[in-house]
Amino acid sequence: MSNTLIEIKNLSIALPKGLDREFAVRDVSLTVDRNEIVCVVGESGSGKSVTAQMLMGLLPPTLPLVSGTASFKGVNLATLTERERRALRGDRMSLIFQEPLSALNPVMTVGEQIAEVFRYHRDDTQDVRKKVIELLAAVRLPNPEAAYDSYPFRMSGGQRQRVVIAIALALQPDLLIADEPTTALDVTTQAQILELIRTLQRERQMGVMFITHDFGVVADIADKVVVMRHGEIVERGAASEVLGNPQHGYTRALIAAVPRRREHSLSEVARGEPPVLRVRGMRKVYRTGGGLFKRATEVVAVNDMDLDLQPGETLGIVGESGSGKSTAGRCIMRLIEPDAGRIEIAGQDTSGLGVHAMKPHRHLVQMVFQDPYASLNPRRQVGEILCSGMINNGMAQADAERRARELLELVGLTTSAFNRYPHEFSGGQRQRIGIARALALKPRLLIADEPVSALDVSIQAQILTLLRELREQFGLSMVFITHDLRVASQICDRIAVMQRGVVVEQGATEDIFDSPQHPYTQTLIAAMPGRLSPLAVL
Amino acid sequence: MKKLWQRYCERKTSVVGLVLLVLITVVALIAPWIAPHQPWDIVGTPFLPPFEDSAHLLGTDTLGRDIFSGIVHGTRISLTIGLVCMIATVILGLALGAVAGYYGKWIDDVLMRSTEFFQVLPNFVFVVVLVAIFRPSIGSIFLAIVIVSWPPVARLVRSEFLSLRSREFVEAAVAVGHTNRWIIFKEILPNALSPIVAMSSLMVASSILLESAVSFLGLGDPNLMTWGYMIGTGRTVIRGAWWMSVLPGVALVSTILIINVVGEGLGRAWNPRLSNGAAR
Repeated sequence: MSNTLIEIKNLSIALPKGLDREFAVRDVSLTVDRNEIVCVVGESGSGKSVTAQMLMGLLPPTLPLVSGTASFKGVNLATLTERERRALRGDRMSLIFQEPLSALNPVMTVGEQIAEVFRYHRDDTQDVRKKVIELLAAVRLPNPEAAYDSYPFRMSGGQRQRVVIAIALALQPDLLIADEPTTALDVTTQAQILELIRTLQRERQMGVMFITHDFGVVADIADKVVVMRHGEIVERGAASEVLGNPQHGYTRALIAAVPRRREHSLSEVARGEPPVLRVRGMRKVYRTGGGLFKRATEVVAVNDMDLDLQPGETLGIVGESGSGKSTAGRCIMRLIEPDAGRIEIAGQDTSGLGVHAMKPHRHLVQMVFQDPYASLNPRRQVGEILCSGMINNGMAQADAERRARELLELVGLTTSAFNRYPHEFSGGQRQRIGIARALALKPRLLIADEPVSALDVSIQAQILTLLRELREQFGLSMVFITHDLRVASQICDRIAVMQRGVVVEQGATEDIFDSPQHPYTQTLIAAMPGRLSPLAVL
Repeated sequence: MKKLWQRYCERKTSVVGLVLLVLITVVALIAPWIAPHQPWDIVGTPFLPPFEDSAHLLGTDTLGRDIFSGIVHGTRISLTIGLVCMIATVILGLALGAVAGYYGKWIDDVLMRSTEFFQVLPNFVFVVVLVAIFRPSIGSIFLAIVIVSWPPVARLVRSEFLSLRSREFVEAAVAVGHTNRWIIFKEILPNALSPIVAMSSLMVASSILLESAVSFLGLGDPNLMTWGYMIGTGRTVIRGAWWMSVLPGVALVSTILIINVVGEGLGRAWNPRLSNGAAR
């Protein structure tokens, strides 16, 4: 019996007319064998997900197959009827999606959703409950009996992804296609899920096609690597070869762009001067539910936070989702009203100030946002977006426009951007516009809330470089909020690690990495993908 | 703006609808000149069927009034009611919904509870009661329609504002120190407009229907010839003289249909993503 599970030959899939390129996937050939993990790596738009969709027969009609064949265990997938395809899907080959929340039915118990697979593909419905519970145990869900009757919304993201994996593996498929299965998860959870996929793959001798954008993940899990760019394969080979000795320039660029710990010269911190930011005992509690007769449930998002930031210094606030790091940033900005504590900006306590009293201090602190698609008003031109803040702070229209053009050049865009709308720009360019807007008011403190987490790795590196340059040029202080320790290590002088609203550890970047004191920090560092790998440029 | 127009024209149905709507509007504007008679004047033999006498093309009613003149004059009333009610409703709904959605907290609670108060009452019954209290006149009908129509608009605007106000671009506007008024009008409102536009065209149609229904029951303005009134008076003799109620009915139905077509065209042109999805 041949060991080849998937064989794709010269596959081309067209894109709808009028887009920037003709093919979603062009002349792609690849194979996946039993008992190996093939990582397909590429940035957004590289065609990696389209290839997976094609294999599962999930291509939308707008993307027609133009030429080439794809076969599964020697059977040409294109010739299958929908019925035959259905029999294959979920039974012999299955798919794990990126977003576990939307992949599960919210009104059905977890156990039932897994049991459905057995009922659909196998006629024997005996002992289904027992089989499901075994599966839930196999994906290392704590208390599988209880999990059976639980609903997806009661579970964390990692647990949901385990359920999705359980569904995918229910019938012991030969092939598992995983489309960015850990991208939506926290680092520690990501490490666990990767470990789980790896273990299950070994146990069951499956072939796995693993789609990702992160070379760190590749290094942790891959046997073979296929690198895609603009719908074409640029490099392929065994993981150790591609990672250790990348041939193609693009592969090298991608590997180099992986955020990793980097020793960098510390920013010039003016020690003698008064701190730009001094936070004492800041606290924010969210209340949800509750009413006349019921007490609200309280969630302490930020608890007694103390921070100090010297002029020119960059402080990283690192934590997983729900740790309160974004709330902390927004409290400092006074976008959210903190419940208690002092927030001094350049020596002035702003915590009690009302809307009008706050206004003269607003320009001192500006923010760079996470989502470049949500942070620019889609109905206003870039020029207006940049100018409105300056004009609002008393600058003349003509001066504001001139400065807006200067800012655009400063962040690496051309002045022709001035009269265009945000949707005409890519994610990275939008983030540059967002940075220009933040700089427009000449702030002393920049709060960057996950400014690169929505961007492709190579763009991430560019934006981080830009932020570093601007920081030096203007002597900015920065609070850099991120979930990714690797990113934080590249730009931060000091790091504060947050867990459930509390800063559990704070110190110089090197100390945090070299000798983390708190167990949570140690877990975070251990979970960084690609930490123990033979990456070429490390 | 130009792009909006181009996208609107891409759909043939929308263009046809718009042409017809313009035609109806023109009829309404020049009604006194194209109507051969005054709508209330008794000008011919009663019960004259359509297409029998060239002087009364669409026939006459039970009293010998010209039906064509009645329909043409009715167009005026219907379109005016529809337009004026829509504008008033949207302004009221927009103001209250924006305040509720933007400021939240107790203002939101108070406003939303009051919309619920209006929404639990059946619209039409409420209009009839209001008109009866105020004494039937075009003004009181207008007022009654606005009073029952604003809550859905307010709720829609509120939900749009609620989701938009937590967007990052709004936070960025707060961060540079913009006032609430600026943020509401310059940042949030332009992004909330597309569903409001779609809904306001529905408001025109539903206002016309409400007014017709009130007139049908004989609670309309006694000095105005409206479609609803014509249908209402013709109803008693519908078996013998169908044209008295059917013809104004046709006018009413086609006007509503055309307004809906134009409204949908506008909504799609405004929100291109929606139309792409629907095309698939």
